[in-house]
Amino acid sequence: MRRPADAPKTLRLASETPPTELAAQFEVRCTRILDADGRLRAPLPEPFADASALTSVYEEMLALRLFDAKAVALQRTGRLGTYPSCLGQEATAVAIGRTMAREDVLLGTYRETGTMLARGVLMSEIFLYWSGDERGSAYSGPDAPKQDFPICVPIATHAPHAVGVAYAMKLKREPRVAVCVLGDGATSKGDFYEALNGAGVWQLPLVFVVVNNEWAISVPRSAQTRAQTLAQKAISAGIPGEQVDGNDVIAVHSVLQRAMAKARDGGGPHVVEALTYRIHDHTTADDATRYRTAEDVERAKRLDPLARLRHYLVRERLWNEQQEAAAREACNARVEQAVAEFLAVPPRHPSSMFEHLFAELPAALHEQRDAVRGANHE
Amino acid sequence: MSEITLVEAVTQALAHELEADGNVVVLGEDVGANGGVFRATAGLQQRFGSARVFDTPLAETLIAGMSIGLAAQGLRPVAEMQFMGFMYPAIDQLLNHAARLRNRTCGRMSCPLVLRSPMGAGIHAPEHHSESTETLFAHIPGLRVVIPSSPARAYGLLLAAIRDPDPVVFLEPTRLYRLAKEEVPDSGDALPLDVCFVLREGKDVTLVTWGATTRETLAAAAALADEGIEAEVIDVATIAPLDINTILESVGKTGRCVIAHEAARNVGVGAEIAARIADRGLLTLLAPIKRVTGYDTIVPLAKLEQSYLPTPERIAAAARETLEAA
Repeated sequence: MRRPADAPKTLRLASETPPTELAAQFEVRCTRILDADGRLRAPLPEPFADASALTSVYEEMLALRLFDAKAVALQRTGRLGTYPSCLGQEATAVAIGRTMAREDVLLGTYRETGTMLARGVLMSEIFLYWSGDERGSAYSGPDAPKQDFPICVPIATHAPHAVGVAYAMKLKREPRVAVCVLGDGATSKGDFYEALNGAGVWQLPLVFVVVNNEWAISVPRSAQTRAQTLAQKAISAGIPGEQVDGNDVIAVHSVLQRAMAKARDGGGPHVVEALTYRIHDHTTADDATRYRTAEDVERAKRLDPLARLRHYLVRERLWNEQQEAAAREACNARVEQAVAEFLAVPPRHPSSMFEHLFAELPAALHEQRDAVRGANHE
Repeated sequence: MSEITLVEAVTQALAHELEADGNVVVLGEDVGANGGVFRATAGLQQRFGSARVFDTPLAETLIAGMSIGLAAQGLRPVAEMQFMGFMYPAIDQLLNHAARLRNRTCGRMSCPLVLRSPMGAGIHAPEHHSESTETLFAHIPGLRVVIPSSPARAYGLLLAAIRDPDPVVFLEPTRLYRLAKEEVPDSGDALPLDVCFVLREGKDVTLVTWGATTRETLAAAAALADEGIEAEVIDVATIAPLDINTILESVGKTGRCVIAHEAARNVGVGAEIAARIADRGLLTLLAPIKRVTGYDTIVPLAKLEQSYLPTPERIAAAARETLEAA
């Protein structure tokens, strides 16, 4: 029936929100195998069915802890400059190092000491770097990971490098993986998102490990982002993201092993958020008592990665006090040897600052270099 | 042989290196099927495939940063930044990483990348498309900054930049992209980096310039010649590291120097050149050094951009001033 032209229009107003349909759905899972009391919540994954793998990973974490304590002590006595301790984060660092293949490429921050040691960087070089000497990043050891990037200091700026490294691997059809390690604060930077996005677009062999240690210097995780998890940031780039208990070395190892195997087989990138806690100050130049309570730290210490694995090993009669003492003695001896090597390194000539500026020093810079040489009687 | 424009010379150099070296890759926004907003990469993806000539997401930090990763893995990335005004996120990557990777690893790693970008005003482009901010890059130790001023120099210098074992920022004057043509044989012969080119010899005054302003400077030299003044014109080409010796040699001969560049005057590369002349050539000078530059203002939008750019008249007037001084 036709409406008379002069009749008022009647519009039906929506009384509720318009109907929607499900466009996409996501979920983020967290893996935990060994709980804080050192009890297994699930069967041991490969390769930890073999007890020697468990004791060896424990010894590696112990060595890292002793090395780290020594570095802090060297800073306090003026032998090193500012040093960022990795106390409490040993499980994640060691697991990354153990799950990477030799030909893979590590791109990490300044708190990846454990991973660097696992990759073949010398303890003495790490001391050398933190003493303020570029030669610490030369990676001159016999098993040195020559293609690993040096420590990245500006936050998240290495994430785009990892995309380039992984793109090159894919272009050359090499079954290698780039591993980019960054912190919780880094996930707030655009660099991280640009890298995630690129990795997703090209489906690159790239594993991001977000070491969520709860603190970006003094800013807590809760003030960093409203996002429920950091792993879910992967989803915005079309990449799978998951969480793992970063203080459970068995779980981190298992999750990373799977992510790296997938990346290596052409399955694309992956994001793993490892939940841990920075027990120490941000660096030796920081004082965390200004912004967090002793109770916070005590609570975190109860989740300690070494203690929980030791509890398990002792309960299973795979470890005892004598072994602990012997392991500590052996580790300390290695660390002291490295300190001696580091302290014996002769100083650089001042003009060495020109040495690796370019492949060949441009003529325009000869005058400056020669002046430095002359002034220092080199 | 046919003559080609500067932008075609860029394409010719890219194609030559993609052909000659399997490690060369070309990346950037719209460089693939579209062939680049200025057509500098036209036809390259069709010829060399989408793995080696590829579009990136719209992310300048990623483009610069991933180029570092590519270079560290032995590839030779040539990345395009769409306009200089969009290039600044890349400064973080260039300054903090590309330019120091070799140094901070004591030579264990290197970063042979080329970051290309159009530069400069004069083509009626929108806001942020007309900057000449080369001085920002010239200040970065460990980085080369190269600016061609003709099709032949674009070809030869880009070949050299791609083959160079260290990072190079290669800035292409948009105003010259299609302004003139010349014969540029696809010989594969690179031109040397780190040296100035003497474009015209003269005994009375030295005119130092680079990039698009080379044209106005040559026009000024021609006008001066009509008055019986013989100007020597030097195209700096590689503004960092700076070949001051060629400039000093010329100023030693003429005793007079005018520096002309499109960028703002304050802390421009012209200031560095003037300071070096003052340091090592002051006693050869017969007159104060003059600078003819863009003003210390924001580059105006299209309607006023011609008033911003140095003109042959301003350059010639500055040259006459140096002659009147002594």
